[in-house]
Amino acid sequence: MITDILVIIAMLSGLLFFVATTVGIIRFPDFYSRVHAAGKGDTLSTTLFLGGAILFIMRDFSGENLLTAGKLLLIVFYIFIASPTATHAIIDAGYEFRVPYWTRSSGKKGTEGDEENEENMDDGFYPDDLKG
Amino acid sequence: MPPVFTFFVMMLFWTALSGKFDLFHLGMGVISSGLVAWLSHDLLFEGHTKKLGATFKEIACFLRYLLWLFGQIVLANFHIAGLSLSLYPKKKLDPHIIKFKTSLKTDFARFVLANSITLTPGTVSVRIEEDIFYVHALTRRSAGDLAGDGPGEMERWVAWVFEGGSR
Repeated sequence: MITDILVIIAMLSGLLFFVATTVGIIRFPDFYSRVHAAGKGDTLSTTLFLGGAILFIMRDFSGENLLTAGKLLLIVFYIFIASPTATHAIIDAGYEFRVPYWTRSSGKKGTEGDEENEENMDDGFYPDDLKG
Repeated sequence: MPPVFTFFVMMLFWTALSGKFDLFHLGMGVISSGLVAWLSHDLLFEGHTKKLGATFKEIACFLRYLLWLFGQIVLANFHIAGLSLSLYPKKKLDPHIIKFKTSLKTDFARFVLANSITLTPGTVSVRIEEDIFYVHALTRRSAGDLAGDGPGEMERWVAWVFEGGSR
């Protein structure tokens, strides 16, 4: 009974974090901050969700269930390596192509080829060898 | 690392994934892990020259570090969730780039640091050039002590795990 409640709490809070980061993808102002939201939903929420699944399986203990729980743990481990790597690959590609980025001072979302907004871009953002 | 060690890691992985313990499946496992160990044993633990005892100590330290990192992930996730569900997220956001020089020597330690930075919500490591890290931070708060002078808390942890520094 207590395990059931724990499972429900873990899965619900995992879902809540997923929803929060998904809303973040839609609401954040530019490419970079959206990548933030997209890449972060996986870490805590997947752990909570699969943790709940592991608890649920382990209610009746057997060798086979232990093996399944081990596989779920492997998935969590994999996500902890793959998610930041993928996030880094995406954001590095955006950086390479110099996607305009939003700052508080520019005050609005930059779009490609937006001359007016180009002036507001912080030059310190790019390393010297990437500057045009 | 001897190929035997690679073989055992592969074999453990095979058994965990297949979950069948009859002769046929275990035999297939022995053949394929043997093949992989023979062909690419120098890939898995390449450049790892430490003694076995030191390796286990490193793994223990790493697990301790993971525990701390997970605490940070939980804290920071609350921060980012609150941010995206707030009424006017643009008023709270203050994206900026942090540039800092790391004192970590090995590639692997830098890889772990970069991935840890990305895992904690609010910061993404954009690029590493030699020992300069470029980190995109969502708010001033999420940047934490990365922006300060000298190594931040996370970097000190990574240095403690892999390079014997003090925490």
